[in-house]
Amino acid sequence: MNFLTALFNGLSSGGTYAIIAIGYTMVYGIAKMLNFAHGDIIMAGGYAMFTTLLLVGHPIPALCVAVAFCVALGVFVERFAYRPLRGASPLAVLITAIGVSSLLQSLAQIIFGAGSKMPLQLQVSGALKLGAFSIHYNTLITLAVTVVLMVALTLFVKYSKVGRAMVAVSEDRGAAQLMGVNTNAIIAVTFGIGSALAAVAAYLMLMKAPSLTNTLGAMPGIKAFTAAVIGGIGSVPGAMLGGILLGVIECVSLSIPAIAPFTDAIEFAVLIVILLVKPAGLLGKARREKV
Amino acid sequence: MSEQILKVEELNVYYGMIQALRGISFEVNRGEIVSLIGANGAGKTTTLHTITGLIHPKSGHVSYKGQDITHIPAHKIVGMGMVHVPEGRRIFQGLSVYDNLLLGSYSRKDKEEIKRNMELVLTQFPRLAERKNQLAGTLSGGEQQMLAMGRALLSNPELIVLDEPSMGLSPLLVGEVFEIIKSFREAGKTVLLVEQNAKKALAISDRAYVLENGVITMSGKAAELADDERVRKAYLGA
Repeated sequence: MNFLTALFNGLSSGGTYAIIAIGYTMVYGIAKMLNFAHGDIIMAGGYAMFTTLLLVGHPIPALCVAVAFCVALGVFVERFAYRPLRGASPLAVLITAIGVSSLLQSLAQIIFGAGSKMPLQLQVSGALKLGAFSIHYNTLITLAVTVVLMVALTLFVKYSKVGRAMVAVSEDRGAAQLMGVNTNAIIAVTFGIGSALAAVAAYLMLMKAPSLTNTLGAMPGIKAFTAAVIGGIGSVPGAMLGGILLGVIECVSLSIPAIAPFTDAIEFAVLIVILLVKPAGLLGKARREKV
Repeated sequence: MSEQILKVEELNVYYGMIQALRGISFEVNRGEIVSLIGANGAGKTTTLHTITGLIHPKSGHVSYKGQDITHIPAHKIVGMGMVHVPEGRRIFQGLSVYDNLLLGSYSRKDKEEIKRNMELVLTQFPRLAERKNQLAGTLSGGEQQMLAMGRALLSNPELIVLDEPSMGLSPLLVGEVFEIIKSFREAGKTVLLVEQNAKKALAISDRAYVLENGVITMSGKAAELADDERVRKAYLGA
Protein backbone atom coordinates (compact mmCIF):
# COMPACT_ATOMS: atom_id res chain seq x y z
CA MET A 1 0.00 0.00 0.00
CA ASN A 2 2.86 2.28 0.88
CA PHE A 3 4.36 1.64 -2.53
CA LEU A 4 1.04 2.31 -4.24
CA THR A 5 0.70 5.66 -2.45
CA ALA A 6 4.25 6.55 -3.46
CA LEU A 7 3.44 5.60 -7.03
CA PHE A 8 0.40 7.87 -7.12
CA ASN A 9 2.31 10.72 -5.57
CA GLY A 10 5.01 10.09 -8.15
CA LEU A 11 2.53 10.25 -11.01
CA SER A 12 1.22 13.51 -9.68
CA SER A 13 4.51 15.28 -9.06
CA GLY A 14 5.68 13.76 -12.35
CA GLY A 15 2.69 15.43 -13.96
CA THR A 16 3.86 18.79 -12.67
CA TYR A 17 7.36 18.12 -13.98
CA ALA A 18 5.86 17.13 -17.33
CA ILE A 19 3.87 20.37 -17.55
CA ILE A 20 7.05 22.39 -16.91
CA ALA A 21 9.18 20.16 -19.14
CA ILE A 22 6.87 20.82 -22.09
CA GLY A 23 7.75 24.50 -21.81
CA TYR A 24 11.45 23.71 -22.12
CA THR A 25 11.07 21.17 -24.86
CA MET A 26 8.70 23.17 -27.10
CA VAL A 27 10.86 26.28 -26.90
CA TYR A 28 13.93 24.18 -27.61
CA GLY A 29 12.27 22.44 -30.53
CA ILE A 30 10.94 25.58 -32.14
CA ALA A 31 13.29 28.42 -31.16
CA LYS A 32 16.35 26.12 -30.82
CA MET A 33 17.30 27.63 -27.47
CA LEU A 34 17.35 26.56 -23.83
CA ASN A 35 15.20 29.00 -21.92
CA PHE A 36 16.77 28.78 -18.49
CA ALA A 37 14.43 31.50 -17.25
CA HIS A 38 11.47 29.12 -17.67
CA GLY A 39 11.55 28.11 -13.99
CA ASP A 40 11.34 31.77 -13.00
CA ILE A 41 8.21 32.23 -15.06
CA ILE A 42 6.68 29.69 -12.66
CA MET A 43 7.83 31.84 -9.74
CA ALA A 44 6.39 34.96 -11.36
CA GLY A 45 3.11 33.10 -11.79
CA GLY A 46 3.23 32.23 -8.09
CA TYR A 47 3.53 35.89 -7.10
CA ALA A 48 0.80 36.91 -9.56
CA MET A 49 -1.42 34.33 -7.87
CA PHE A 50 -0.44 35.47 -4.38
CA THR A 51 -1.20 39.11 -5.20
CA THR A 52 -4.58 38.28 -6.71
CA LEU A 53 -5.44 36.17 -3.66
CA LEU A 54 -4.71 39.17 -1.42
CA LEU A 55 -7.13 41.26 -3.48
CA VAL A 56 -9.83 38.74 -4.38
CA GLY A 57 -9.30 35.79 -2.07
CA HIS A 58 -10.44 33.10 -4.47
CA PRO A 59 -8.11 30.63 -6.22
CA ILE A 60 -9.81 30.52 -9.66
CA PRO A 61 -9.38 34.22 -10.54
CA ALA A 62 -5.86 33.93 -9.11
CA LEU A 63 -5.08 31.15 -11.57
CA CYS A 64 -6.55 33.13 -14.47
CA VAL A 65 -4.53 36.24 -13.59
CA ALA A 66 -1.39 34.12 -13.21
CA VAL A 67 -1.87 32.48 -16.61
CA ALA A 68 -2.44 35.87 -18.28
CA PHE A 69 0.53 37.42 -16.49
CA CYS A 70 2.87 34.54 -17.36
CA VAL A 71 1.84 34.55 -21.03
CA ALA A 72 2.50 38.29 -21.21
CA LEU A 73 5.82 37.93 -19.38
CA GLY A 74 6.97 34.99 -21.50
CA VAL A 75 6.14 36.75 -24.77
CA PHE A 76 7.72 39.98 -23.50
CA VAL A 77 10.97 38.23 -22.53
CA GLU A 78 11.10 36.48 -25.91
CA ARG A 79 10.46 39.72 -27.79
CA PHE A 80 12.98 41.89 -26.00
CA ALA A 81 15.65 39.51 -24.68
CA TYR A 82 15.79 36.59 -27.14
CA ARG A 83 14.49 37.84 -30.50
CA PRO A 84 17.26 40.43 -30.93
CA LEU A 85 19.71 37.53 -30.58
CA ARG A 86 18.17 35.35 -33.25
CA GLY A 87 21.03 34.09 -35.36
CA ALA A 88 23.58 34.92 -32.65
CA SER A 89 25.72 32.16 -31.15
CA PRO A 90 23.82 29.70 -28.92
CA LEU A 91 26.16 30.60 -26.07
CA ALA A 92 25.07 34.26 -26.16
CA VAL A 93 21.42 33.21 -26.01
CA LEU A 94 22.09 30.79 -23.16
CA ILE A 95 23.85 33.43 -21.09
CA THR A 96 21.05 35.89 -21.79
CA ALA A 97 18.56 33.31 -20.52
CA ILE A 98 20.55 32.88 -17.32
CA GLY A 99 20.64 36.68 -17.01
CA VAL A 100 16.86 36.91 -17.43
CA SER A 101 16.53 34.22 -14.76
CA SER A 102 18.49 36.15 -12.13
CA LEU A 103 16.81 39.40 -13.18
CA LEU A 104 13.36 37.93 -12.52
CA GLN A 105 14.47 36.44 -9.20
CA SER A 106 15.98 39.74 -8.06
CA LEU A 107 12.92 41.72 -9.12
CA ALA A 108 10.68 39.37 -7.14
CA GLN A 109 12.88 39.77 -4.10
CA ILE A 110 12.87 43.56 -4.37
CA ILE A 111 9.10 43.71 -4.78
CA PHE A 112 7.97 41.00 -2.37
CA GLY A 113 10.91 40.66 0.03
CA ALA A 114 12.97 37.59 0.80
CA GLY A 115 10.56 35.97 3.26
CA SER A 116 8.33 33.17 2.14
CA LYS A 117 4.69 33.94 1.36
CA MET A 118 1.91 31.53 2.23
CA PRO A 119 -0.97 31.51 -0.27
CA LEU A 120 -2.97 29.15 1.97
CA GLN A 121 -6.20 29.65 0.01
CA LEU A 122 -4.83 27.34 -2.67
CA GLN A 123 -4.76 24.37 -0.36
CA VAL A 124 -7.22 21.55 -0.74
CA SER A 125 -7.70 19.34 2.26
CA GLY A 126 -8.95 15.79 2.54
CA ALA A 127 -8.25 12.54 0.82
CA LEU A 128 -10.03 9.86 -1.10
CA LYS A 129 -10.08 6.71 1.07
CA LEU A 130 -10.45 3.23 -0.35
CA GLY A 131 -9.99 0.88 2.59
CA ALA A 132 -6.45 1.22 3.88
CA PHE A 133 -5.42 3.08 0.76
CA SER A 134 -5.85 6.85 0.56
CA ILE A 135 -4.97 9.43 -2.05
CA HIS A 136 -4.88 13.11 -1.23
CA TYR A 137 -7.22 15.27 -3.30
CA ASN A 138 -4.18 17.36 -4.29
CA THR A 139 -2.77 14.33 -6.02
CA LEU A 140 -5.99 13.60 -7.88
CA ILE A 141 -6.43 17.21 -9.00
CA THR A 142 -2.85 17.32 -10.26
CA LEU A 143 -3.28 14.08 -12.16
CA ALA A 144 -6.53 15.22 -13.75
CA VAL A 145 -5.10 18.61 -14.76
CA THR A 146 -2.02 16.94 -16.22
CA VAL A 147 -4.01 14.47 -18.30
CA VAL A 148 -6.37 17.16 -19.63
CA LEU A 149 -3.50 19.50 -20.56
CA MET A 150 -1.48 16.74 -22.24
CA VAL A 151 -4.43 15.60 -24.34
CA ALA A 152 -5.38 19.16 -25.27
CA LEU A 153 -1.82 20.06 -26.24
CA THR A 154 -1.35 16.89 -28.29
CA LEU A 155 -4.57 17.56 -30.20
CA PHE A 156 -3.60 21.20 -30.71
CA VAL A 157 -0.19 20.37 -32.17
CA LYS A 158 -1.56 17.59 -34.36
CA TYR A 159 -4.73 19.09 -35.75
CA SER A 160 -4.58 22.89 -35.66
CA LYS A 161 -3.07 25.08 -38.34
CA VAL A 162 -0.80 26.77 -35.79
CA GLY A 163 0.22 23.36 -34.44
CA ARG A 164 1.25 22.18 -37.90
CA ALA A 165 3.20 25.40 -38.38
CA MET A 166 4.96 24.77 -35.05
CA VAL A 167 6.10 21.33 -36.22
CA ALA A 168 7.20 22.84 -39.52
CA VAL A 169 9.24 25.60 -37.84
CA SER A 170 10.86 23.10 -35.49
CA GLU A 171 11.90 20.91 -38.44
CA ASP A 172 13.07 23.54 -40.90
CA ARG A 173 12.65 27.23 -40.19
CA GLY A 174 13.62 28.36 -43.70
CA ALA A 175 11.26 25.95 -45.45
CA ALA A 176 8.45 26.99 -43.08
CA GLN A 177 9.01 30.63 -44.09
CA LEU A 178 8.74 29.62 -47.73
CA MET A 179 5.29 28.17 -46.91
CA GLY A 180 4.24 31.59 -45.61
CA VAL A 181 4.74 30.83 -41.92
CA ASN A 182 5.74 33.89 -39.88
CA THR A 183 8.34 32.18 -37.72
CA ASN A 184 8.62 35.04 -35.23
CA ALA A 185 4.89 34.80 -34.54
CA ILE A 186 5.08 31.02 -34.12
CA ILE A 187 8.00 31.36 -31.69
CA ALA A 188 6.02 33.94 -29.69
CA VAL A 189 3.02 31.59 -29.55
CA THR A 190 5.32 28.82 -28.32
CA PHE A 191 6.63 31.00 -25.50
CA GLY A 192 3.03 31.91 -24.67
CA ILE A 193 1.94 28.27 -24.41
CA GLY A 194 4.98 27.30 -22.35
CA SER A 195 4.41 30.22 -19.98
CA ALA A 196 0.71 29.44 -19.56
CA LEU A 197 1.69 25.90 -18.58
CA ALA A 198 4.24 27.35 -16.14
CA ALA A 199 1.45 29.29 -14.43
CA VAL A 200 -0.59 26.10 -14.05
CA ALA A 201 2.49 24.36 -12.64
CA ALA A 202 2.85 27.19 -10.09
CA TYR A 203 -0.73 26.60 -8.99
CA LEU A 204 -0.22 22.84 -8.61
CA MET A 205 3.01 23.31 -6.67
CA LEU A 206 1.60 25.91 -4.28
CA MET A 207 -1.52 23.82 -3.78
CA LYS A 208 0.67 21.04 -2.46
CA ALA A 209 3.19 23.15 -0.55
CA PRO A 210 2.04 26.74 0.01
CA SER A 211 5.41 28.35 0.48
CA LEU A 212 6.37 30.96 -2.08
CA THR A 213 9.86 32.45 -2.42
CA ASN A 214 11.72 33.95 -5.34
CA THR A 215 13.43 30.61 -5.98
CA LEU A 216 10.17 28.66 -6.23
CA GLY A 217 10.91 27.70 -9.83
CA ALA A 218 14.62 27.02 -9.53
CA MET A 219 14.77 23.36 -8.47
CA PRO A 220 11.58 22.23 -10.25
CA GLY A 221 12.93 24.03 -13.31
CA ILE A 222 16.15 22.02 -13.24
CA LYS A 223 14.27 18.79 -12.55
CA ALA A 224 11.85 19.45 -15.41
CA PHE A 225 14.74 20.31 -17.71
CA THR A 226 16.26 16.95 -16.72
CA ALA A 227 12.93 15.32 -17.52
CA ALA A 228 12.86 16.98 -20.93
CA VAL A 229 16.36 15.72 -21.68
CA ILE A 230 15.51 12.21 -20.46
CA GLY A 231 12.50 12.13 -22.77
CA GLY A 232 14.43 13.64 -25.67
CA ILE A 233 14.63 17.42 -25.82
CA GLY A 234 12.42 18.81 -28.57
CA SER A 235 9.85 16.03 -28.25
CA VAL A 236 6.54 16.84 -26.55
CA PRO A 237 5.59 13.19 -25.81
CA GLY A 238 9.18 12.77 -24.58
CA ALA A 239 8.74 15.60 -22.07
CA MET A 240 5.53 14.00 -20.83
CA LEU A 241 7.18 10.60 -20.43
CA GLY A 242 10.36 12.03 -18.89
CA GLY A 243 8.40 14.12 -16.41
CA ILE A 244 6.22 11.24 -15.23
CA LEU A 245 9.25 8.92 -15.04
CA LEU A 246 11.24 11.39 -12.98
CA GLY A 247 8.33 12.03 -10.61
CA VAL A 248 7.76 8.34 -10.00
CA ILE A 249 11.46 7.67 -9.40
CA GLU A 250 11.56 10.61 -7.01
CA CYS A 251 8.54 9.61 -4.92
CA VAL A 252 9.32 5.90 -4.82
CA SER A 253 12.87 6.71 -3.75
CA LEU A 254 11.61 9.13 -1.07
CA SER A 255 9.31 6.42 0.31
CA ILE A 256 12.19 4.03 0.97
CA PRO A 257 14.01 5.30 4.10
CA ALA A 258 17.35 3.71 3.23
CA ILE A 259 17.74 5.62 -0.05
CA ALA A 260 15.54 8.66 0.59
CA PRO A 261 18.45 11.04 1.36
CA PHE A 262 20.00 10.25 -2.01
CA THR A 263 16.89 10.96 -4.07
CA ASP A 264 18.27 13.90 -6.05
CA ALA A 265 21.46 11.99 -6.76
CA ILE A 266 19.45 9.01 -7.96
CA GLU A 267 17.39 11.20 -10.32
CA PHE A 268 20.41 12.78 -11.95
CA ALA A 269 22.14 9.36 -12.09
CA VAL A 270 19.16 8.08 -14.07
CA LEU A 271 19.65 10.99 -16.47
CA ILE A 272 23.29 10.07 -16.97
CA VAL A 273 22.55 6.38 -17.52
CA ILE A 274 19.78 7.12 -20.03
CA LEU A 275 21.98 9.55 -21.94
CA LEU A 276 24.78 6.95 -22.05
CA VAL A 277 22.43 4.37 -23.54
CA LYS A 278 20.29 6.70 -25.68
CA PRO A 279 22.13 9.99 -26.24
CA ALA A 280 19.07 11.59 -27.87
CA GLY A 281 16.81 10.71 -24.92
CA LEU A 282 14.03 8.13 -24.76
CA LEU A 283 11.84 9.51 -27.56
CA GLY A 284 14.31 11.93 -29.11
CA LYS A 285 15.25 11.48 -32.71
CA ALA A 286 18.91 11.07 -33.47
CA ARG A 287 19.77 13.73 -36.03
CA ARG A 288 19.80 12.19 -39.44
CA GLU A 289 22.00 13.66 -42.11
CA LYS A 290 20.04 14.71 -45.16
CA VAL A 291 21.14 12.94 -48.30
CA MET B 1 2.84 37.30 -73.50
CA SER B 2 5.49 39.89 -72.87
CA GLU B 3 4.09 41.20 -69.60
CA GLN B 4 6.88 41.25 -67.04
CA ILE B 5 6.11 39.30 -63.88
CA LEU B 6 9.54 39.43 -62.24
CA LYS B 7 12.26 42.00 -62.67
CA VAL B 8 15.67 41.82 -61.01
CA GLU B 9 17.86 44.93 -61.21
CA GLU B 10 21.53 45.29 -60.30
CA LEU B 11 21.51 42.86 -57.38
CA ASN B 12 24.59 42.89 -55.18
CA VAL B 13 24.55 40.25 -52.46
CA TYR B 14 27.24 39.59 -49.89
CA TYR B 15 27.88 36.75 -47.43
CA GLY B 16 29.93 38.64 -44.87
CA MET B 17 32.91 39.99 -46.83
CA ILE B 18 32.37 37.73 -49.81
CA GLN B 19 30.37 39.05 -52.72
CA ALA B 20 28.13 36.34 -54.16
CA LEU B 21 26.20 38.35 -56.74
CA ARG B 22 27.71 41.21 -58.72
CA GLY B 23 25.10 43.45 -60.24
CA ILE B 24 22.77 40.85 -61.66
CA SER B 25 19.80 41.95 -63.78
CA PHE B 26 17.23 39.85 -65.59
CA GLU B 27 13.53 39.51 -66.06
CA VAL B 28 10.87 36.83 -66.39
CA ASN B 29 7.75 37.32 -68.48
CA ARG B 30 4.37 35.87 -67.68
CA GLY B 31 3.88 32.36 -69.07
CA GLU B 32 7.57 31.68 -69.69
CA ILE B 33 9.94 29.05 -68.40
CA VAL B 34 13.23 30.84 -67.75
CA SER B 35 16.37 28.96 -66.69
CA LEU B 36 19.41 30.11 -64.80
CA ILE B 37 22.30 27.83 -65.59
CA GLY B 38 25.81 27.87 -64.24
CA ALA B 39 28.39 25.90 -62.30
CA ASN B 40 28.32 25.16 -58.57
CA GLY B 41 28.92 28.32 -56.61
CA ALA B 42 28.02 30.62 -59.50
CA GLY B 43 25.28 32.22 -57.40
CA LYS B 44 22.14 30.52 -58.71
CA THR B 45 20.69 29.54 -55.34
CA THR B 46 21.72 32.90 -53.86
CA THR B 47 19.77 34.61 -56.64
CA LEU B 48 16.65 32.59 -55.85
CA HIS B 49 17.01 33.18 -52.10
CA THR B 50 17.25 36.92 -52.71
CA ILE B 51 14.19 36.93 -54.96
CA THR B 52 12.00 35.14 -52.41
CA GLY B 53 13.25 37.15 -49.45
CA LEU B 54 15.27 34.54 -47.55
CA ILE B 55 18.26 36.86 -47.84
CA HIS B 56 18.36 40.55 -48.60
CA PRO B 57 20.71 42.27 -51.03
CA LYS B 58 23.13 45.04 -50.19
CA SER B 59 21.87 46.95 -53.19
CA GLY B 60 19.59 46.44 -56.15
CA HIS B 61 15.92 45.69 -56.53
CA VAL B 62 13.55 42.81 -57.04
CA SER B 63 10.08 43.64 -58.28
CA TYR B 64 7.20 41.27 -58.68
CA LYS B 65 4.18 42.28 -60.74
CA GLY B 66 5.43 45.85 -60.65
CA GLN B 67 5.79 46.00 -56.88
CA ASP B 68 9.16 46.38 -55.17
CA ILE B 69 9.58 43.29 -52.95
CA THR B 70 13.30 43.64 -52.21
CA HIS B 71 12.81 44.00 -48.47
CA ILE B 72 9.63 42.03 -47.97
CA PRO B 73 10.24 39.01 -45.68
CA ALA B 74 9.98 35.53 -47.21
CA HIS B 75 6.79 34.53 -45.39
CA LYS B 76 4.83 37.38 -46.96
CA ILE B 77 5.90 36.66 -50.52
CA VAL B 78 4.07 33.33 -50.89
CA GLY B 79 0.76 35.06 -50.36
CA MET B 80 1.58 37.42 -53.24
CA GLY B 81 1.67 34.51 -55.69
CA MET B 82 5.35 33.58 -55.89
CA VAL B 83 6.41 30.26 -54.40
CA HIS B 84 9.90 28.85 -53.97
CA VAL B 85 10.59 25.09 -54.09
CA PRO B 86 13.96 24.94 -52.36
CA GLU B 87 17.00 22.87 -53.21
CA GLY B 88 16.94 19.49 -51.51
CA ARG B 89 13.09 19.58 -51.44
CA ARG B 90 13.01 20.34 -47.70
CA ILE B 91 9.70 18.66 -47.04
CA PHE B 92 8.64 18.28 -43.41
CA GLN B 93 9.66 14.70 -42.68
CA GLY B 94 7.81 14.35 -39.39
CA LEU B 95 4.47 15.43 -40.86
CA SER B 96 2.16 13.38 -43.05
CA VAL B 97 2.07 13.91 -46.80
CA TYR B 98 -1.34 15.51 -46.40
CA ASP B 99 -0.15 17.91 -43.67
CA ASN B 100 2.80 18.90 -45.86
CA LEU B 101 0.39 19.77 -48.66
CA LEU B 102 -1.82 21.70 -46.24
CA LEU B 103 1.18 23.74 -45.13
CA GLY B 104 1.57 24.75 -48.75
CA SER B 105 -1.76 26.55 -48.43
CA TYR B 106 -0.78 28.21 -45.13
CA SER B 107 -1.03 31.78 -46.38
CA ARG B 108 -4.48 31.30 -47.96
CA LYS B 109 -7.88 31.74 -46.37
CA ASP B 110 -10.21 30.61 -49.16
CA LYS B 111 -11.12 27.19 -47.70
CA GLU B 112 -13.27 26.02 -50.62
CA GLU B 113 -10.60 26.90 -53.16
CA ILE B 114 -7.92 25.16 -51.09
CA LYS B 115 -10.05 22.02 -51.08
CA ARG B 116 -10.43 22.15 -54.86
CA ASN B 117 -6.71 22.80 -55.23
CA MET B 118 -5.94 19.83 -52.96
CA GLU B 119 -8.06 17.51 -55.09
CA LEU B 120 -6.35 18.73 -58.25
CA VAL B 121 -2.90 18.13 -56.80
CA LEU B 122 -3.85 14.67 -55.55
CA THR B 123 -5.16 13.82 -59.02
CA GLN B 124 -2.03 15.14 -60.69
CA PHE B 125 0.20 13.19 -58.28
CA PRO B 126 -1.59 9.87 -57.66
CA ARG B 127 1.35 8.50 -55.68
CA LEU B 128 0.93 11.28 -53.14
CA ALA B 129 -2.77 10.42 -52.89
CA GLU B 130 -1.90 6.79 -52.15
CA ARG B 131 0.52 7.86 -49.45
CA LYS B 132 -1.57 10.70 -48.05
CA ASN B 133 -1.40 9.61 -44.42
CA GLN B 134 2.18 8.36 -44.49
CA LEU B 135 4.96 10.38 -42.86
CA ALA B 136 6.65 12.41 -45.57
CA GLY B 137 10.08 11.22 -44.40
CA THR B 138 9.21 7.69 -45.55
CA LEU B 139 8.78 8.74 -49.20
CA SER B 140 11.38 7.98 -51.86
CA GLY B 141 13.44 10.84 -53.30
CA GLY B 142 11.24 11.09 -56.38
CA GLU B 143 8.06 11.12 -54.33
CA GLN B 144 9.55 13.78 -52.06
CA GLN B 145 10.19 15.98 -55.09
CA MET B 146 6.58 15.45 -56.21
CA LEU B 147 5.47 16.42 -52.72
CA ALA B 148 7.62 19.56 -52.74
CA MET B 149 6.09 20.58 -56.07
CA GLY B 150 2.55 19.63 -55.03
CA ARG B 151 3.00 21.60 -51.82
CA ALA B 152 4.06 24.62 -53.86
CA LEU B 153 1.00 24.29 -56.10
CA LEU B 154 -1.24 24.49 -53.03
CA SER B 155 -0.22 28.10 -52.56
CA ASN B 156 -1.95 28.71 -55.92
CA PRO B 157 1.11 30.45 -57.36
CA GLU B 158 1.49 32.51 -60.50
CA LEU B 159 5.28 32.23 -60.48
CA ILE B 160 7.03 29.03 -59.35
CA VAL B 161 10.71 29.25 -58.49
CA LEU B 162 12.39 25.83 -58.66
CA ASP B 163 15.87 25.14 -57.30
CA GLU B 164 17.51 21.96 -58.67
CA PRO B 165 14.32 19.91 -58.89
CA SER B 166 16.02 16.97 -60.61
CA MET B 167 18.94 16.70 -58.18
CA GLY B 168 19.63 13.16 -56.98
CA LEU B 169 16.89 11.52 -59.04
CA SER B 170 17.13 8.57 -61.41
CA PRO B 171 17.05 9.39 -65.16
CA LEU B 172 13.48 8.12 -65.42
CA LEU B 173 12.30 10.42 -62.63
CA VAL B 174 14.29 13.33 -64.03
CA GLY B 175 12.23 13.01 -67.20
CA GLU B 176 9.06 12.96 -65.15
CA VAL B 177 10.06 16.09 -63.21
CA PHE B 178 10.69 18.01 -66.42
CA GLU B 179 7.31 16.89 -67.78
CA ILE B 180 5.71 18.31 -64.62
CA ILE B 181 7.53 21.61 -65.07
CA LYS B 182 6.20 21.81 -68.63
CA SER B 183 2.72 21.12 -67.29
CA PHE B 184 3.07 24.17 -65.02
CA ARG B 185 3.49 26.37 -68.07
CA GLU B 186 0.54 24.67 -69.79
CA ALA B 187 -1.54 25.50 -66.71
CA GLY B 188 -0.69 29.17 -67.26
CA LYS B 189 1.96 29.47 -64.60
CA THR B 190 5.36 31.06 -64.96
CA VAL B 191 8.53 29.18 -63.99
CA LEU B 192 11.99 30.34 -62.97
CA LEU B 193 14.23 27.28 -62.99
CA VAL B 194 17.71 26.65 -61.65
CA GLU B 195 19.22 23.38 -62.84
CA GLN B 196 22.51 21.50 -62.94
CA ASN B 197 21.08 19.51 -65.80
CA ALA B 198 21.53 22.36 -68.29
CA LYS B 199 20.71 20.24 -71.31
CA LYS B 200 17.26 19.25 -70.09
CA ALA B 201 16.62 22.71 -68.66
CA LEU B 202 17.39 24.44 -71.95
CA ALA B 203 15.25 21.91 -73.80
CA ILE B 204 12.07 22.97 -71.97
CA SER B 205 12.88 26.66 -71.41
CA ASP B 206 11.87 29.68 -73.46
CA ARG B 207 14.82 31.78 -72.40
CA ALA B 208 17.90 31.32 -70.24
CA TYR B 209 20.65 33.20 -68.48
CA VAL B 210 24.16 31.90 -67.83
CA LEU B 211 25.59 32.80 -64.46
CA GLU B 212 29.34 32.72 -63.77
CA ASN B 213 30.93 33.85 -60.50
CA GLY B 214 28.00 36.06 -59.63
CA VAL B 215 27.76 37.73 -63.04
CA ILE B 216 25.39 37.04 -65.93
CA THR B 217 27.65 36.32 -68.89
CA MET B 218 25.16 35.23 -71.52
CA SER B 219 21.46 35.41 -72.12
CA GLY B 220 19.01 34.68 -74.86
CA LYS B 221 16.54 32.21 -76.30
CA ALA B 222 17.09 28.77 -74.78
CA ALA B 223 17.36 27.09 -78.16
CA GLU B 224 20.03 29.55 -79.31
CA LEU B 225 22.04 29.14 -76.11
CA ALA B 226 21.86 25.37 -76.49
CA ASP B 227 23.58 25.78 -79.88
CA ASP B 228 26.20 28.23 -78.65
CA GLU B 229 29.71 26.81 -78.76
CA ARG B 230 30.76 28.18 -75.34
CA VAL B 231 27.61 26.95 -73.60
CA ARG B 232 27.96 23.54 -75.21
CA LYS B 233 31.54 23.24 -74.05
CA ALA B 234 31.04 24.48 -70.51
CA TYR B 235 27.62 23.11 -69.57
CA LEU B 236 26.39 20.54 -72.05
CA GLY B 237 29.47 18.36 -72.12
CA ALA B 238 29.77 18.44 -75.89
